[in-house]
Amino acid sequence: MADYETFTHDVLVIGAGGAGLRAAIEASAVGVKVGMVCKSLLGKAHTVMAEGGIAAALANVDDRDNWQVHFSDTMRGGQYVNNWRMAELHAKEAPARVRELEAWGAVFDRTKDGRILQRNFGGHKYPRLAHVGDRTGLEMIRTLQDHGVHQGIDVHMEHTILTLLKDGDRVVGAFGYDRERGRFKVFRAKAVVLATGGIGRAFKITSNSWEYTGDGHSLGYQAGAELIDMEFIQFHPTGMVWPPSVRGILVTEGVRGEGGILTNKEGRRFMFDDIPENYKAQTAESEEEGWRYCQGDKNARRPPELLTRDHVARCIVREIKAGRGSLHGGVFLDISWIKSKLPNGEDYIKRKLPSMYHQFKQLADIDITQAPMEVGPTTHYVMGGIRVDSDTQMARVPGLFAAGECAAGINGANRLGGNSLSDLLVFGKRAGEFAAKFAQEHSLGGIDAAQIGETARRALEPFDRGTTAGESPYQVQKDLQEMMQDNVGIVRREDEMATALEGIDALTERAQRIGVEGNREFNPGWHTALDLPNLLTVSEAVTRAALERKESRGAQFREDYPDKSAEFAEVNTVVWKGDDGRMQIRRDALPEIREDLKRVIEEMK
Amino acid sequence: MKSATFRIWRGDASGGEFRDYTTEVSEGMVVLDAVHDIQATQANDLACRWNCKAGKCGSCSAEVNGMPKLMCMTRLNDLPLDKPVTIEPMKAFPRLKDLITDVSWNFAVKKRIKRFKPRPPDAADGTWRMSQQDIDRVQEFRKCIECFLCQDVCHVLRDHHKHDQFVGPRYLVYTAALEMHPLDTEDRITELREAQGIGYCNITKCCTKVCPEEIHITDNAIIPLKERVVDDYYDPLGWVWKKIRRQQERTPAPAMPNEHE
Repeated sequence: MADYETFTHDVLVIGAGGAGLRAAIEASAVGVKVGMVCKSLLGKAHTVMAEGGIAAALANVDDRDNWQVHFSDTMRGGQYVNNWRMAELHAKEAPARVRELEAWGAVFDRTKDGRILQRNFGGHKYPRLAHVGDRTGLEMIRTLQDHGVHQGIDVHMEHTILTLLKDGDRVVGAFGYDRERGRFKVFRAKAVVLATGGIGRAFKITSNSWEYTGDGHSLGYQAGAELIDMEFIQFHPTGMVWPPSVRGILVTEGVRGEGGILTNKEGRRFMFDDIPENYKAQTAESEEEGWRYCQGDKNARRPPELLTRDHVARCIVREIKAGRGSLHGGVFLDISWIKSKLPNGEDYIKRKLPSMYHQFKQLADIDITQAPMEVGPTTHYVMGGIRVDSDTQMARVPGLFAAGECAAGINGANRLGGNSLSDLLVFGKRAGEFAAKFAQEHSLGGIDAAQIGETARRALEPFDRGTTAGESPYQVQKDLQEMMQDNVGIVRREDEMATALEGIDALTERAQRIGVEGNREFNPGWHTALDLPNLLTVSEAVTRAALERKESRGAQFREDYPDKSAEFAEVNTVVWKGDDGRMQIRRDALPEIREDLKRVIEEMK
Repeated sequence: MKSATFRIWRGDASGGEFRDYTTEVSEGMVVLDAVHDIQATQANDLACRWNCKAGKCGSCSAEVNGMPKLMCMTRLNDLPLDKPVTIEPMKAFPRLKDLITDVSWNFAVKKRIKRFKPRPPDAADGTWRMSQQDIDRVQEFRKCIECFLCQDVCHVLRDHHKHDQFVGPRYLVYTAALEMHPLDTEDRITELREAQGIGYCNITKCCTKVCPEEIHITDNAIIPLKERVVDDYYDPLGWVWKKIRRQQERTPAPAMPNEHE
């Protein structure tokens, strides 16, 4: 029998980024008792890294913007396999969610008449991103955190959840440990919200931190939830490539929003070479028109650098593969050129992109006001995740809710930049609201001592094996990351992905032999070992879903099926855990879109 | 490839010692990279906090060669590598394990500071108007990534351990951001003087020097707050005037913006 402490809440929120905090705030506002568990300290979650802005059709900068335009931009960007209802709710509710942040103390950059300023971003027809320089995520998480601490939320910092607890079909809590001392904890709750973010640590080159090990995806999957769209992983076109130690760190799309251009080693602005058919009408024909767009000319169309991320990333890969890349295997992103167009260009760059200026100066010895940056694609975001009800965010498992990156639906095959922060707010709020409602309508469930005992026993096994006999957790993780990067990366092929599945099997076996040294107090080796099963589960889900979708669409590019197919335009891939414990996969038809929304999409085409 | 030696403090609340680890150094490496290499190959259980690896989250604070630094933003080619690089935990907080300290006091302090209280919205749609010029200063303070290096270096906390009487530079900056927020109507002058202990700060500017976000903590936040406190308490005419004005300004909290749908 495992030794553990028990906490009881009405609603337990797992994860304290934008979605988790917003859910916790909403649930506590309803009046239920809320507990929040997070792997890091409060305010350090990945939301803090978001740079560019929050997409919301406030129409402060361009009054032609409204929810219909935002909705159709989101659907077009997602190649129409998005959940249309989530895209609708998101477009309609995002402006209120942003204004609410201002009421809680957020200080966004301003327009000349004193309203919230909005900037251009890829795939958005009008300037739509509310922002604070290039540190919007910090502003958002700090605002939510500072508001949340006065709401009476119990925060359990530096805790990791190992398993969700069930009573029959229903989720009734979670079991985990505190990272500081390694003591086991049971969190009983009437409803649980997963808000754990993404899976980027399954890949070698990533903009994601150690936390992003697919915990929520995996916890939900193990508890009986379905995962959809797992093949769609966003490779952000612009990550740092040099020096090696910073490879993958994000370079905000805001650089391109402010007029930054992509060039190859021949100095050619290659993004003009390949403009997808469905974006031709919206894209500038000349460099001059593109610049006018960045300067706010309403008659100009956006430059091709602001096409969607999936497309820009592929164009960069094409240039590099054709031998036209930079010395360190990237391409050039240049913002310094705008000095020739703007009188105070240098100051403007420093004011609008301060953390990019700082980041390159300090980590790469490059002054971005004087020289171009070297950039290349980096694993950034997973569109796929837990399948939830579009309005309530509840998974198919009663009592289990999910919001933010670990939930799926709104983004389809590719997410537009800026839509993540607004997604966190809109669906974080909804998850909190409906989880609180569920909690009010249900009592606490029973706790299964056997499930707890078994989980605790397995968690401690690596200590018994020790480092001399066992595998190193760091080495197994590294091998998985390299294997996924090589075989299930930006360009995919059936044979490579078959190799990946074999690789995952072999790594799963090695993961069972991991040994760690030291004791249970803040032991990163042990923590890495315990996060690994989650990474392996999501890696398998990504690979199986990518194999299943025999076409190229959005973020999924199949070398062996390079075109879109009408057959796959109608389906989502669905992964779930079968009765035999093995991963199952099927295709489900997309939900039928409402007539009025169909017309909105047609009108905006 | 050349190698370098890192003298890392290993231990817990009960005590510990420095241990030397040698690892290879490549172009562009930062201190955190070296710690990760050592962790992966020589000391699997070496405890350190980190997240973003780009100076944006403020997790990896430590003292490198005696200087409070973010490990992710400290380049090895800026350090003398002919002798061991020492890495130890922040000294103003209780040690937990290796490079990790117990920073929970900071979170408790923040909770006690009166929350943001905006004036009623300026427009019928529930929104406000503020000019960029009026928020530049507040935006400077809101760049803070809560790395707590300013707390670590503040002698009131580090040497004199006045954690129960002084909130430290981080929370004076936080209070300044609230006090100078154009929409805020709350009054925090009394608590600044009493509960927050602003008088303990004798403006040695150590906090400003270590701030990785280059916030002018002393000049832009602490000194203006000290002036407000002085005006409030030691200027009798101003005291009466402000008392009246503040009472007039006190208005009920505004309703949240309406739902859009």
